[in-house]
Amino acid sequence: MGRYVIRRLLQMIPVFIGSTFLIFLMVYALGDPIAALFGDKAPDPATAARIRQELYLDKPLWLQYAHYMGQILTGDFGVAFNGQEVTELMADAFPVTVRLTLVAILFEIVIGVTLGLLSGLRRGRSLDTGVLLLTLIVVSVPTFVSGYVLQYLIGVKWAAVSPSVSPEAPFGELLLPGVVLALTSLAYVTRLTRTSIAENSRADYLRTAVAKGLPRHRVITRHLLRNSLIPVVTFIGTDIGALMGGAIVTERIFNIHGVGFQLYQGILRQNSPTVVGFVTILVIVFLMANLLVDLLYAVLDPRIRYA
Amino acid sequence: MTNTLLDVRDLRVEFRTRDGVAKAVNGVSYSVDAGETLAVLGESGSGKSVTAQAVMGILDSPPGRVTGGEVLFRGRDLLTMGAEDRRRIRGAKLAMIFQDALSALNPVMTVGAQLGEMYEVHEGMTRKDARARAVGLMDRVRIPAAAQRAGDYPHQFSGGMRQRIMIAMALALEPDLIIADEPTTALDVTVQAQVMDLLAELRNEYDMGLILITHDLGVVADVADRIAVMYAGRIVETAPVRELYAAPAHPYTKGLLESIPRLDRKGRELYAIKGMPPSLTAVPPGCPFNPRCPLARDVCRTDRPPLYDVAPGRGSACHFWKETLGEG
Repeated sequence: MGRYVIRRLLQMIPVFIGSTFLIFLMVYALGDPIAALFGDKAPDPATAARIRQELYLDKPLWLQYAHYMGQILTGDFGVAFNGQEVTELMADAFPVTVRLTLVAILFEIVIGVTLGLLSGLRRGRSLDTGVLLLTLIVVSVPTFVSGYVLQYLIGVKWAAVSPSVSPEAPFGELLLPGVVLALTSLAYVTRLTRTSIAENSRADYLRTAVAKGLPRHRVITRHLLRNSLIPVVTFIGTDIGALMGGAIVTERIFNIHGVGFQLYQGILRQNSPTVVGFVTILVIVFLMANLLVDLLYAVLDPRIRYA
Repeated sequence: MTNTLLDVRDLRVEFRTRDGVAKAVNGVSYSVDAGETLAVLGESGSGKSVTAQAVMGILDSPPGRVTGGEVLFRGRDLLTMGAEDRRRIRGAKLAMIFQDALSALNPVMTVGAQLGEMYEVHEGMTRKDARARAVGLMDRVRIPAAAQRAGDYPHQFSGGMRQRIMIAMALALEPDLIIADEPTTALDVTVQAQVMDLLAELRNEYDMGLILITHDLGVVADVADRIAVMYAGRIVETAPVRELYAAPAHPYTKGLLESIPRLDRKGRELYAIKGMPPSLTAVPPGCPFNPRCPLARDVCRTDRPPLYDVAPGRGSACHFWKETLGEG
């Protein structure tokens, strides 16, 4: 196991360098950051040249990249155009996104697994058909539609919750955005659980469990669910990585100042330090989430052992 | 009759399939006494496993459905019993051993936990006590280093050891009757013998009834007291094991015995019953074996033979059982 983890961590290095360099390249291709810094006004050539030199922008691209990475390794993510440290922006944005992710994942697990279990046990009957239809609709409706509709209905018309989220973003206000964010994954979790349950409920070991005279609830929880949730857990694990990347659409709709919001602002204003900094962190989060999922898989299924 | 453990009477099971209703079991009757071993012999699809599943109450339903008959266990009909009462009997008084232990054991639970579960559920033991009993069981079926191996998962055991764990699981609560569904089919020949010996030994020790479902005539000979031969969802012949081997009273049984390879017939072509078993959705009228039977006459194609009394404790569902016996 230890060797496997080390090998995986080593494999992450080229992935990390490759993906961050690509981002670096794309942001560079966006245009001249100096021009973006000055907005509509034309910069004074002498000042522009000075800033260019200060920010290493007069050097070739690969040198810029190496310089930037060197700074990141010391924890210096640079300064955004508004003068704020990028690390400061991160400290504000990430806790909000983490809370939003938590809410979304909780909905996925509780509602998705429950619906999947029920429809899997009653496959082919009306409940199963209903759930399948519902998940199909949910997957087909894009977030910007479901988000606005739910915001209008629940937040504005019935005024059950606040339609937008305050900068502190407490859990209570994140419930509705969490549901919106979770919807698509929720549908996938439901379907995945359903298929897995339906498949495993025909397994030989389940018949053994019944033949042992175990009560039905024990057959389902100890034997059926335990085996059926292995693929679901890994899906949810990868989804955490994806959700941590911030939900640009959901965060926009509900005015949440999380990672997605910052990234969107950064791209809009060609604020390269913010964009590259955030994406670098996200790459790391995603890689770690994937590694954790793979390790979790071995814990859940003893037949899988990494050497 | 006072010693009769299980008395299956005229059991009928149907499966609803796309091609129509498959009558997998068509009026099967058999009984088992304490300490007795009944071998149920038949090809794949003859209904031998389905009968056992109906007795255990683990039929896949839907599509399977018991449509008639009685399953009397110590005089009480399991089929009309409440679900909770039946569950208490299942595993505790009436246990089953499955063919493929690798798929029949839960892959993500340690074998100790799977064995201990029997005591936790049926006897309300704590997990710790149950685990200790589980190790004792593994010892009993002669798994080396049982205490250490109780924490292992099924895939970490060899095929023979896994089947021993299945046996231990069935044995856990010292049931009155064990149904073993092809317990040695998935094993190597050398391991087969060990497992069969163990089963026979345990049966004697606990004075259990044993139903041995198999398609292997060789396995049956040493262990069984009586044999019931099934064909197309019916019992076609039932007899004490030696009498059946000495003189089969049904052409199907005769065909089965003749298709065993024998050293004294080396070099000669091996006998095979011609044709294929009938589809259960379209069983031929009359005797279901008639299209494959060398003795078949007109009456076989129209009249279904009842189970004739051949001798005390012997029956044959063949119109021409006398002829068959005489020839044998």
